[in-house]
Amino acid sequence: MIDFEPVIGLEIHVQLKTKTKIFCSCLNEFTLEPNKNICPVCLGLPGVLPVLNKKAFRLALKAALALNCKINKNIVFDRKNYFYPDLPKNYQISEYFSPLGENGYLEIILKEDQIKKIRIKRIHLEEDAGKLIHTEKFSLIDYNRAGAPLIEIVTEPDIFSPDEAFKFLQQLKLLLQYLEVSDCDMEKGFLRCDANISVRKKGEAKLGVKTEIKNMNSFKAVKSALEYEFKRQVELLKENKEIIQETRLWDEAKQKTFSMRKKEEAHDYRYFPEPDLPVFTPQDEEIESIKSEIKELPLQKLLRFKSTFNLTLGEAEFLIQDREMAEFFEETAKNTSFVKDLYNLLKGPISEYLNQNKISFKQVKISSSNILKIIELKNKGKLNNIQVKEVLFGVLKENKSPEEIMREKGIEQISDESKLLQIVEDVMKRNLQACIDYKKGKKSAIMFLVGQVMKETRGKANPNLVREILERRLKNED
Amino acid sequence: MKEIFYCSIKELRKLLESKKITPTELIEIFKNRIENLDSKIKSFVRTNFERAFKEAQTKKEGKLAYIPFAVKDNICIKGEEITCCSKILKGFISPYDATVIERLKNEGAIIIGITNMDEFAFGSSTENSCYFPTHNPFDLERVPGGSSGGSAASVSAGFVPFALGSDTGGSIRQPASFCGVIGFKPTYGRVSRYGLIAFGSSLDQIGPITRTVQDCALILSIISGKDSKDSTSVEIEVPDFEEGLEKEIKGLKIGLPKEYFVAGIQEEVKEKVLEGVKILEKLGVSVKEISLPHTKYAIPAYYIVAPSEASSNLSRFDGVQYGLRKESADLAEMYEVTRADGFGLEAKRRILLGTFCLSSGFYEAYYLKGLKTRTLIKRDFESAFKEVSLIVTPTSPTPAFKIGEKIKDPLSMYLSDVFTVPVNLAGLPAISVPCGLSKENLPIGMQIIGPAFREDLILRLAFWFERETEFYKIRPRI
Repeated sequence: MIDFEPVIGLEIHVQLKTKTKIFCSCLNEFTLEPNKNICPVCLGLPGVLPVLNKKAFRLALKAALALNCKINKNIVFDRKNYFYPDLPKNYQISEYFSPLGENGYLEIILKEDQIKKIRIKRIHLEEDAGKLIHTEKFSLIDYNRAGAPLIEIVTEPDIFSPDEAFKFLQQLKLLLQYLEVSDCDMEKGFLRCDANISVRKKGEAKLGVKTEIKNMNSFKAVKSALEYEFKRQVELLKENKEIIQETRLWDEAKQKTFSMRKKEEAHDYRYFPEPDLPVFTPQDEEIESIKSEIKELPLQKLLRFKSTFNLTLGEAEFLIQDREMAEFFEETAKNTSFVKDLYNLLKGPISEYLNQNKISFKQVKISSSNILKIIELKNKGKLNNIQVKEVLFGVLKENKSPEEIMREKGIEQISDESKLLQIVEDVMKRNLQACIDYKKGKKSAIMFLVGQVMKETRGKANPNLVREILERRLKNED
Repeated sequence: MKEIFYCSIKELRKLLESKKITPTELIEIFKNRIENLDSKIKSFVRTNFERAFKEAQTKKEGKLAYIPFAVKDNICIKGEEITCCSKILKGFISPYDATVIERLKNEGAIIIGITNMDEFAFGSSTENSCYFPTHNPFDLERVPGGSSGGSAASVSAGFVPFALGSDTGGSIRQPASFCGVIGFKPTYGRVSRYGLIAFGSSLDQIGPITRTVQDCALILSIISGKDSKDSTSVEIEVPDFEEGLEKEIKGLKIGLPKEYFVAGIQEEVKEKVLEGVKILEKLGVSVKEISLPHTKYAIPAYYIVAPSEASSNLSRFDGVQYGLRKESADLAEMYEVTRADGFGLEAKRRILLGTFCLSSGFYEAYYLKGLKTRTLIKRDFESAFKEVSLIVTPTSPTPAFKIGEKIKDPLSMYLSDVFTVPVNLAGLPAISVPCGLSKENLPIGMQIIGPAFREDLILRLAFWFERETEFYKIRPRI
């Protein structure tokens, strides 16, 4: 049985986080009603000229620098000519002959102690097209997106499994979010990914015939599409059938790729340098100032967190997913020996709160001292886990101290044995069968009894103490 | 009193300021002249006297207060139909003002009409208009030159004191020489192209057509200067061109390129230009023969670079957003029929030529070669300007030719720009000034070329020449 491996390269389009579009002063927003953010320039009306948005250029440069690319001395834009109704000028202003950045790489972590370098072939700046809306009888065009600034990132075929592609995308996305280059929201189309895949026998250097897959709208879809396509190509090879170099579309519903209808002719984009935008050379000071804006990148942070705070890969990965959360964690962890408790609160109730409210960490107000206070209360037996969550949610929601929330809600853990004893007795009387089960050796029956006491006290009892009392009482009854 | 319609801008301003004439009366005079005579010349494709009268009744301030002018049909004016004299753009109403229009309006000037041109500025005779050909005021059977033939004819005929034209390969200077008026093509980057419907983006410049050098200097001062909407406009001080006119020219050294006085040029033209040179010598200028060795490659290089850019610039005329649309069954067919019906013969010829030159596999052999040749031509001028301050040549090898004479022979038509095209390729400023009449009483033009951004020097020499010769006093007999 011959072993095959896939060889994968990715092309990623990322929309830059600028206030205005790349060549005009229209707002770079398109959640509004159609054709609201438009002007003669982004509509490509006769006589208009593009003026480069400096911020878009700086963001692209920042991404290129963070991806370790060699920055081209001369910034030259080119026209990519093709006819399509969503493209107002019937040419796209892009960088073809000399991309902004070349020959870079991104290091990604695959598993504990396995870091892999994926080479970046090129990264360039370009404008987005509008959006077509098809109805039964005609098509409409929304130009809000026309002229939105994009960067295209192209990798070398350095990715050898669908899972690696998935991890690369996740870590690239995080990097771009850290850099504040893009929100990378795939649902909103801020990040789009096409993939090239071929297969070869393991150990062989020569690349096979590749296909290009488009139309994946999540990282998971990229992974599934690559898995499907890998299998499809391997089967063809095993049957000695030819793999056709073509573009295939991913069908999410059917979980299959399909050959895109063959175009009548091959595209000739007739690239040539854009005469409306003069060539310029970024100043060294500008490059240096952008470099200085690049702070610690996700992978560096991950490795540092792991060693500094003695975290597992999974724990560190969780923390760095959100830069604000990571910073909060670091700030707070400095002042406590209860790092694990802190992690558990962030991973547990705080994440739950964020998910429930569909917000990100930076949108909640919580201070290090408040969270440390909650940990302290818990460790002193003044709050049980249920109460911790309740207090924490209160703090997150109302931006008050834990004590205030406890006072207002009357939250207090009953750790007074004398207060609990009578309740335990009552529960035992009402649940004789459970007591018998326990005595017969079904140790888990005690959890049921603890639960009953918790219910009785509306969650206020100290569950450890209750268990202790129960164990003692059940033993004494012999 | 002198014929008011042949007064210079300066004279008209005096009449207005001394209240010898009201703004409304002034517009009335030009309206009458146009209505009486333009049926013979056909320089205007649209007039808007109603709007002009309204303007005349509002308060205007500035160097051009109440001075009427005409605009070539490829410069956008807010609220006006602008068509480049092409069927494909009929019905397009510009929603914005070109920067030059804005600047002229700010100085109080009033637009009274839009002038005829070769479709998309493709041509040297104004016969390639989708409307009608324009006639030369000096001989109605002859062409006014092109592509700004309507503008040159309207100034020559006393319909307006000045008009705007655009010059990609000679389109201001050649018609100015055919019509016995002044035409100026500024340094590339001196005047904003924002709002000029692009032909060859790296070659196009807007410039004035006037009857006197002084008026030319005045208009040029107003329309020049960096524009934030045009990235190719240059941040460089704009001198008051008018003020510098009377500065001494004694001691200036001018060059006569031997390649411009060879076979192909009509003997009469050569004689008149050399007579002009004699006059300059009399004024204290010294003359030297120089060489611009790559001149013969200018026309071939131009007919690669200009159509290549044009093919891309014109791709936006597709029937989608504005202008002509021929309804059809599907998108590809709509593009085809709209463009087949909308573009004239010469436009199609250039689109095909440009598309071919940019095609993959031909790009290096044609477009890149064209660019390299362009560099050589530029260097020719650079080294020439180390020896001389200005270069004097004929504007066109012949005076105005007959309507119909060259229209079927594109190559001979292209050659009528043989002396003007190198200037665009090198991005230099140049003027055409009248230097006498042929035996058939047709105006002959002398071209003065200067180093980049030395419009002042050109204008000064032209001013002294004009004051000495007074050729501007020769009027056509219509």
